[in-house]
Amino acid sequence: MPVFAPELIGPSLMLSAVLFCIGVAGVLLRRNAIIVFLCIELMLNAVNLTFMAMGQLYGMSGQVIVFFVMSVAAAEAAVGLAIILSVFRHRATVDLKHVNLLQG
Amino acid sequence: MLALSQATPEVVAAAAGPAHWIWLAVALPLAGFVVNGALALWRPTAKRAVSIIGPGVLLAAFGVVLWVTRSVAGAHLEEPIVVHLWDWIRAGELHIPLAFQVDQLSIVMLLIVTGVGSLIHLFSVGYMREDEGYARYFSYLNLFVANMLVLVLGDSLPVLFIGWEGVGLCSYLLIGFWYQDKANADAGKKAFIVNRIGDFGFLVAMFILWKALGTLTFREIAQVAPGAFAGGSAVVTAATLFLILGCTGKSAQIPLYTWLPDAMAGPTPVSALIHAATMVTAGVYLVARTNVLFALAPMSSTLLAGIGAGTAIFAATIGLKQYDIKKVLAYSTVSQLGYMFLGVGSGAYVAGIFHLATHAFFKALLFLGAGSVIHAMHHAYHATHSHEDAQDMRNMGGLRTAMPVTFVLMSLATLAIAGFPLFSGFFSKDEILASAFARGASEPVYYLYWVAGLAAALGTAVYMARLITMTFLGGNRTGAKEAGHLHEAPWIMTGPLVVLGLLSVVGGAFNLPAFIGGHAGLEQWLEPVLAPAARIRPAMMPHGATEYLLMTVAVLIGLGGLWWGYRMTSRATLVPAAKAVPDTGFAAVLNRKYYVDEIYDALLVRPLLRFSEQVLWKEADQGGIDGTVNGVATVARALGRVGSWLQTGQVGLYLVLFLAGALYVIHAVTR
Repeated sequence: MPVFAPELIGPSLMLSAVLFCIGVAGVLLRRNAIIVFLCIELMLNAVNLTFMAMGQLYGMSGQVIVFFVMSVAAAEAAVGLAIILSVFRHRATVDLKHVNLLQG
Repeated sequence: MLALSQATPEVVAAAAGPAHWIWLAVALPLAGFVVNGALALWRPTAKRAVSIIGPGVLLAAFGVVLWVTRSVAGAHLEEPIVVHLWDWIRAGELHIPLAFQVDQLSIVMLLIVTGVGSLIHLFSVGYMREDEGYARYFSYLNLFVANMLVLVLGDSLPVLFIGWEGVGLCSYLLIGFWYQDKANADAGKKAFIVNRIGDFGFLVAMFILWKALGTLTFREIAQVAPGAFAGGSAVVTAATLFLILGCTGKSAQIPLYTWLPDAMAGPTPVSALIHAATMVTAGVYLVARTNVLFALAPMSSTLLAGIGAGTAIFAATIGLKQYDIKKVLAYSTVSQLGYMFLGVGSGAYVAGIFHLATHAFFKALLFLGAGSVIHAMHHAYHATHSHEDAQDMRNMGGLRTAMPVTFVLMSLATLAIAGFPLFSGFFSKDEILASAFARGASEPVYYLYWVAGLAAALGTAVYMARLITMTFLGGNRTGAKEAGHLHEAPWIMTGPLVVLGLLSVVGGAFNLPAFIGGHAGLEQWLEPVLAPAARIRPAMMPHGATEYLLMTVAVLIGLGGLWWGYRMTSRATLVPAAKAVPDTGFAAVLNRKYYVDEIYDALLVRPLLRFSEQVLWKEADQGGIDGTVNGVATVARALGRVGSWLQTGQVGLYLVLFLAGALYVIHAVTR
């Protein structure tokens, strides 16, 4: 039985915006690959929260998309962590400042 | 062959039947080229097959031509039979079919090319037998004949031009046939490049005619030109002047004659076929073919006759002091071609074509005879491992006992070329001189040409008598050991000589003038082809006493020249080339060919080379073109270096840029 709580839509969107901005800031500012990775996850989940909140107004499809996002995020986590792991094996660091092979 | 019955449509239709098979005459030598070429590439030792295929296809082509001639001869065609093969070029209004034209003029040329060509092919079997490039030689020779037939059969200027270029290519290939010797390869290159200048003239003439007349086929030019051009108008004069440039290149006239003497680097039968009997006469043929244009441009005709007369006397004097037997004949050819141009320039197209035919007989004979002599000399020197020059007449002498057949036949050809009465050259040369003289009544400059022609006739007789005397008479100078090795050529070589000798003697019968009971056969035969010109600028011939007087003068000059040349040469003390002292004074100037090659070299060739090296190569190519290419690369690299500043390798920066881009896109979309 779905809960209908229109009064929560505003705060939910606000929370998701805050979370997203934290994620963006973290991605841009932090140099530790793990943290950057976590911030990306944070952004994904902020978006998920938006979908949930808007689903209140536009029906179930928003909530269905959340499941897709979560499954893609799981796959992405596996790939991303694997990359970080192999970077660490090669360079003994996950500091992005030192991962600069593409420097022109 | 000269039935004058009025042509009924049925007769013409019957003639058209065989005439439509005329393409076979081209296809057969072309097939010979392919087969011989294949043999040359994969089985160069299969000489027996080449000996059958090479001359065989030519004899077959000659058969086709004879068959066509027989069918056409009775019809008295007023219009040429055009054999349309396929559409070649279709571009806007320009529509050029690949079509062959069978008419009286092309028949004459076809008979000469395939007839004399067959004889020379047969001669080559003996002459080239021991050469490694035997198959290659015959494939080139077959290809040449195919191209020459396209040249004489083409029904429009562009189709003629295919053959014109094709024979030029074959000439190049055959002059440089023994390409291991750089001098021969250079001679081939010279012929090709000098001919390019003439070809440029030919092309420009075609452009002008297309622009002015809108057609390039000979039949339509003859119909349209008299209406489109006023007599002597600028356009037709320009077109004919450019055609003349083309002719001077191909037919070795002043100022582009210098390639022909060098072309003697090729095998001697090649000189006989290409550089005496057929290709070099293409210019005369072209003028006769476009006779209506030259009739409309009297100034060009006069210039052409002047070029011819000038070349005739100029080359004849050079021939007086050459020692290489082939060089004498080469300058003789240049000189005789000058005669032909004097003839066609005077409006006597029949006389020009007549001399073309008789010259093909006696000059081919002279060259093949010289080939036979060189063959013998070469064998003699080869047997004793001597390195003397086998072509230098100073090393010959007294060959009449060793080579009686060649001696007799070459003497006959000499009498023919010197204009000995009743020999073939007598009639044709006399006709040219007579028409030039008659033209003098209306255009006095032709009297000058006539005098030059007479002087050239004197020179011709002198150098030919000198050639015969130095080569065949007197004592032998080849060397004591070598003399025993001199011998007559085998029958495969002397056979064609005998046929040519016969033609040289009786060739005048093709156009026997009325005063000895002839009916000017060739003149009547060619009448339909030359009618357009005859209506505008008819040929002029002297009559009665003037005719006899002119003839007497020409004969006396010819006989006097022969006697003079014989006396001069037989009295001179001749020594072999190795011991000879160089000529001095004017003789040296003649021997060095008036230094024309040196002058061209200094004025044109070397400045051009220096310009090419200093300006075109070092400035334009290395500076301009290479500079542009390298400059583009430098700019690209500099831009790349600027761009690479963005590639810091720092993920953070990429992300900032990515975010900025994303924000911009969102901003742009949602605005």
